[in-house]
Amino acid sequence: MKSMPAGTTKSPSSSQGDGKQSLAEQKLITIYIMGKAYEVPAEATIMGAIEYAGHQIIRGAGCREGYCGACATIYRLPGDYKILTGLACMTLVEEGMSLAQVPYVPAEKAIYDIEKLKPNVSAIEQMYPTVFRCVACNTCTKSCPQGLQVMDYVQAAKRGDIAMVMDLSFDCVVCGLCMLRCPAEITQPLVGILAKRLYGRYLRKDSPELAVRVKAVEDGAYDDEYAKLMSMSRDALSKLYYARDSE
Amino acid sequence: MYPEYMAESLRKVAQTRPKRLELARKPDPVYPPMNAEERRAVLEGFHPDFESSARRVVRVGPNRGESLTTEVSDLLESHSWLRSEQVDLKSPDFETDLLIIGGGGAGCNAALVAMKEHGMRSIIATKLRMGDANSMMSQGGMQAAVSRTDSPTRHYLDAIGGGHFENKPELVRALTEDGPGVVKWLEDLGVVWDKEQDGSMKTMHGGGTSRKRMLSCRDYTGAMIMRTLMDEVRNHPDMIDIKEFMPAVELIMDDKGRCAGAILYDMESEEFFTVKAKSTLIATGGYGRLHIRGFDTTNHYGATGDGLVMAYRAGAKLMYMDSVQYHPTGVSFPEQIAGFLVTEAIRGAGGQPLNKEGELFVYPREPRDIEAAAIIRECAQNGGGIPTPSGRVGVWLDSPLIDMLHGGGYTDKHFPAMYRQFIRYGIDIAKLPMLIYPSLHYQNGGIEINERCETDIPGLYVAGEATGGLHGRNRLMGNSVLDYNVFGRRAGRYAGEYAKTVKLGKLSLAHLDSYEKELADAGVQTDLVTPILLPSYAPKDVKKRQLVRGGNALPGASVLNNRLFDESHGA
Repeated sequence: MKSMPAGTTKSPSSSQGDGKQSLAEQKLITIYIMGKAYEVPAEATIMGAIEYAGHQIIRGAGCREGYCGACATIYRLPGDYKILTGLACMTLVEEGMSLAQVPYVPAEKAIYDIEKLKPNVSAIEQMYPTVFRCVACNTCTKSCPQGLQVMDYVQAAKRGDIAMVMDLSFDCVVCGLCMLRCPAEITQPLVGILAKRLYGRYLRKDSPELAVRVKAVEDGAYDDEYAKLMSMSRDALSKLYYARDSE
Repeated sequence: MYPEYMAESLRKVAQTRPKRLELARKPDPVYPPMNAEERRAVLEGFHPDFESSARRVVRVGPNRGESLTTEVSDLLESHSWLRSEQVDLKSPDFETDLLIIGGGGAGCNAALVAMKEHGMRSIIATKLRMGDANSMMSQGGMQAAVSRTDSPTRHYLDAIGGGHFENKPELVRALTEDGPGVVKWLEDLGVVWDKEQDGSMKTMHGGGTSRKRMLSCRDYTGAMIMRTLMDEVRNHPDMIDIKEFMPAVELIMDDKGRCAGAILYDMESEEFFTVKAKSTLIATGGYGRLHIRGFDTTNHYGATGDGLVMAYRAGAKLMYMDSVQYHPTGVSFPEQIAGFLVTEAIRGAGGQPLNKEGELFVYPREPRDIEAAAIIRECAQNGGGIPTPSGRVGVWLDSPLIDMLHGGGYTDKHFPAMYRQFIRYGIDIAKLPMLIYPSLHYQNGGIEINERCETDIPGLYVAGEATGGLHGRNRLMGNSVLDYNVFGRRAGRYAGEYAKTVKLGKLSLAHLDSYEKELADAGVQTDLVTPILLPSYAPKDVKKRQLVRGGNALPGASVLNNRLFDESHGA
């Protein structure tokens, strides 16, 4: 499908596309981007391969380091009936891979006032009742590119165990692949966000010194010290800085 | 896995480890920190900012005659997407109290505070999705002086020393004094901070901190904060209107010289829309995707310095735009994740940078510019680097020490994102060191603001990485997360207050015409059109075929490194 340049360009194999390796040394493989064949470097990430093919990604790339969930991708491998999932910035291409990025997963976020919710099963019932449709098929867990125990946190949500939902969904990047695959149409990542907020707001252990410090600032306890520091010459400040003790 | 030829060096790292572990267990620094003179020498000798082609004089605009980072001068000496006479300003497509450009942490905070404190409505216009921002990517943490042994004024001293005493004092005071309040604000919104058994905040060291002051949410700190803020913003659809994939491309002024909104560009339908706003906030973040001096970057896809050039054309002054932050520890190997961030918290928890002989060559927690320059020196001058198969170079960051210092399983529990990133390539960071090299990370300077986030232009506010002055010429770890929270909140407060009283005059884009004239008068010849919006990573031969259609009109609004005749002066 595409002719290959003759070893003059920079390597596109990293997801930054500006690597240092010359193409002459690179092995190429064939992948299918939305059904169309392209030859791409064998070591490339899916994102690097899509860009190597000349596509300008608009939807489908964000942080490019595995935190934002913008680059959800589904794919199949030759001779394998399974639908596989991954983040394009984190997953390497394989020979014969047939893939499509998922630009957006429709899901209705519940609107709530966190101050009016209780950190128990009632909040889940009111905001995301679809949780109770879970049939425990485990497809969500199998589709999670972060390797999270998604079904376990859905089960915890059914029990109102907010702390466990928080803990198990902590690393969720909200790519949406689980909710796309879920036969019960649950919106797992949104349940996770609600539970984390409920935990942070209500179930945390309060820090005693934080409240004291906030009050001290409000009362102007540091005003004099600030005034002194802000009026110091650069030399005096430098002396103070290099002489400071360290914990 | 690491290639076979690195085994010898890895063996040396393992050999020196017991001794270095012993050092780490003592209260003294594992390597002598540099004094002022040593710091100056390593910066001038090896920091990329000090290379002769790193800066050039900008020929137009409010900073004309000043020496700026070369790629920034290139960015500023460029044409607008728009011709003023083609834009109809008489009947704006949208009107609002506060227009927020950028859907990251600063923008979300501002929308919430303007709504809560002043009942103001906002439009958040953002280039990609909400939260596609560097705010989302912060791993290691946020500084705030909350522990008993610490104080906001000590935080002030650390920050201003790290910035080489060039920071604007009133901004540093705002940052450090608002810090504890921000921790509480976020916690009440539902951010799950890492805590000790008794509920007190878990604190860690970062580069240049004299007290443990880094607060974290495992190594998903930015993601946790960002998702909480976004969720809260989305709980107020009647007050905050979110426009995704609609970046601003120019500011609109009124006939009294006040900022009055912006022109948005729909990335999908390719239409331009006018927004009239009583006040406008630029919260567009930084410029890592300009790949200054050819460096890889830790930044998100849209970090192309859009706010800088829009504000500059409208007449806002920039500060410290000659200073670039290279994060000391970007990934050097594997190639697929080259340039990715390795959180500074790894060093905060005891990780040590080592040369190929397995020896320490720098104190692990110097301020970032010093640490980065020392790593470059170790590779460039001392031959202490390890080459990678693709022609990069790096030094070791000895992470296995962390479990030895804090107990087995600590790395897994506290650095799950880091662990994931490397284990895909067969590298278990609890057992093997990481190979790292500095990576383009942060825009130290930006649009000059005061502690109310005001600029030279009435009605134009700026917050977060897009601003200049707060960090001097070097930011410390954890002060950017605090920055976008503190100044995002302040921007919402003061821009919201201003929006209550202002009566806008006739809308105008005359500043674009005068800027174009200034370019011509200065003899600037360029085919660059900005804002850049998105970088292009298509190989050169592909670009050549794309550009057959001419006029530098490109698919998907991508300009950077995608011009037929690249006139950039950088590396």
